[in-house]
Amino acid sequence: MPLIEVNGIKKVYFDGELQTPILHGVSFVVNRGEFVAIMGPSGSGKSTLLNLLGFLDDYTDGSYKFDGIEAKNYTADEIAKIRNQKLGFIFQSFNLLPNTNILENVKLPLLYSDFPESEWGERAMKAIRSVGLVHRALFDSAKISGGERQRVAIARALVCDPEVIFADEPTGNLDSKSGGIIIDILQKLHEELGHTIILITHETDTAEHAERIIRIKDGFVESDTKVAHPQRMGEGDLDK
Amino acid sequence: MTIKHSIQTAFRGLETNRARSLLTILGMVIGVTAIILVMSLGQGAQNLILDQVKGMGTRTVIVGGGREPTGPSDAGQIFSDSLKPRDLDLLNRRENTPSVKYVMPLVFGAASASYQSDTYNLTIFGVSPLMEQIFDVPLKTGAFFTNEDVRARAKYVVIGNKVKTQLFGASDAVGNIIKMKGNNFRVVGVLAERGQDFFNFDEAAIIPYTTAQDYVLGIKYFNRFITEASSDALVPQAASEIKSTLREAHNITETDKEDFFVITQVDLAVRLSAITSVLTIFLTAVAAISLIVGGIGIMNIMLVSVTERTKEIGLRKALGATDKNILTQFLLEAVMLTGIGGVVGIILGASLSWAIATGITRFTSIVWTFSFPVSAAILGISVSGAIGLIFGLYPARKAARKSPIEALRYE
Repeated sequence: MPLIEVNGIKKVYFDGELQTPILHGVSFVVNRGEFVAIMGPSGSGKSTLLNLLGFLDDYTDGSYKFDGIEAKNYTADEIAKIRNQKLGFIFQSFNLLPNTNILENVKLPLLYSDFPESEWGERAMKAIRSVGLVHRALFDSAKISGGERQRVAIARALVCDPEVIFADEPTGNLDSKSGGIIIDILQKLHEELGHTIILITHETDTAEHAERIIRIKDGFVESDTKVAHPQRMGEGDLDK
Repeated sequence: MTIKHSIQTAFRGLETNRARSLLTILGMVIGVTAIILVMSLGQGAQNLILDQVKGMGTRTVIVGGGREPTGPSDAGQIFSDSLKPRDLDLLNRRENTPSVKYVMPLVFGAASASYQSDTYNLTIFGVSPLMEQIFDVPLKTGAFFTNEDVRARAKYVVIGNKVKTQLFGASDAVGNIIKMKGNNFRVVGVLAERGQDFFNFDEAAIIPYTTAQDYVLGIKYFNRFITEASSDALVPQAASEIKSTLREAHNITETDKEDFFVITQVDLAVRLSAITSVLTIFLTAVAAISLIVGGIGIMNIMLVSVTERTKEIGLRKALGATDKNILTQFLLEAVMLTGIGGVVGIILGASLSWAIATGITRFTSIVWTFSFPVSAAILGISVSGAIGLIFGLYPARKAARKSPIEALRYE
């Protein structure tokens, strides 16, 4: 069973009398373990698509099956649980909690999870280790660089062992070096740990690190292609 | 999410904006302090009054001339001269009033007393020697006048402790002559200091009632009869015997036409505590308004906080928080604000009340005992908690209902 199955999905924003259609019927399937980049110019509807896939927004028409079940059939509490247990989000603007250290930020999803508290520390440290920030676990999240913040966000997305990680322009606010590290981490999560990753970007370089690129334009799927040889970032030990 | 983590999360939220949280709490602190202070002082006043009334003796039944004013139309006490010497005779006959042990007539009026160059304004009480038993007024020096002195209209006076100090200072008063209303009175005794009392005997001159009627006040009637029932159980019986005797003597058939009134110590205690209770309730209600103002302050701050933290709300929802989690978080923040304010207010109110009680006792002759009603503390805590719930609910619902995507986009 595919993890994500989108069929003719449509999204229209209503603002009083004004209707703004964003997605005109998008269809594709993502299986477990894939690393997919969704590409498109700004205004193409790619972020809207990601929000629908991440249960952050409702679709107007069509069908979205997550784990075989139509998204509209989930209750609000079930959706909260899916977001907590099966989805991990990485945002362009990091969205860390202010006045909180790295460890506490990473622990945040655990607060809403069913994992016993005794496992929290270990899970959080494991996630922090996988993004190479163990030595900074107790640093205030406001006092680290943008690249490091995004790594904290990745650790936070990983902490509940999600089925899929949604990354919405994760390198958009970063310089190319820090951005490179982020993409490298995502690639490793996919290759070494088998995570399903859906990456939103408007940069071709970034997208070419994925195994498959879905191009969105004006609310339609323009193309859906496999990348024969995904690009690789330069090597480097993160904990350096 | 466990309650422990909900509380931790709420606490972190408040800590992030410490100055604002403290200022918000201040509104609650003032409100709860005011309520606790009013209730505690009200209770203290009530205890004080009841103690004084109890000092009168539980068997005491007071008969007054005139009708007690029951409304604005009853201008003052009408028929206030209704208690006549004949009434005294009738009440003293045990066949009329078998449950009454004794009856003491009482007249009073204001006068000034002078000794050499010193003058002092005091209250004159015209009584009989029964006074010593009824009011339990021990003498510091000298002796009380006798029934013989009463019959003889002797110009003897027993003075209160303060009168003695004002007129004679440290020197001896007994045997000296003081002047009141143009008459010379020989001081025969000085009362021991009593402190604030129902009758302020420290500032009184006590003389035979016959002397008071004829030479000082110029009246033929009595202001009060102070009577005592033979036992505690017979107090109501004694009161009704007195009533029927006087009614017959005054030819009165309808109760509401009575030209006298009879009060027992219990009546008086009930009446006075009712007055202080009403006052306390009224003042508490006034103080409660400040709590509502404090609650609106909390709501205002919580609304600001919810708006400011829109992005945080969106993030928490994206990470798996349910609407209920968010609602609980913000509701707890509000309840913690008001709860902390309530606890601080209770401590502050109790401390202030204690300081006032101590101050009154030290600097005046009133013995004011500090009293802290547990009911006030329970009320303070529960009202402040409830205010947090009520005024926190709207902002918390607003937070919980935010759509995650709109919240995340909020800048």
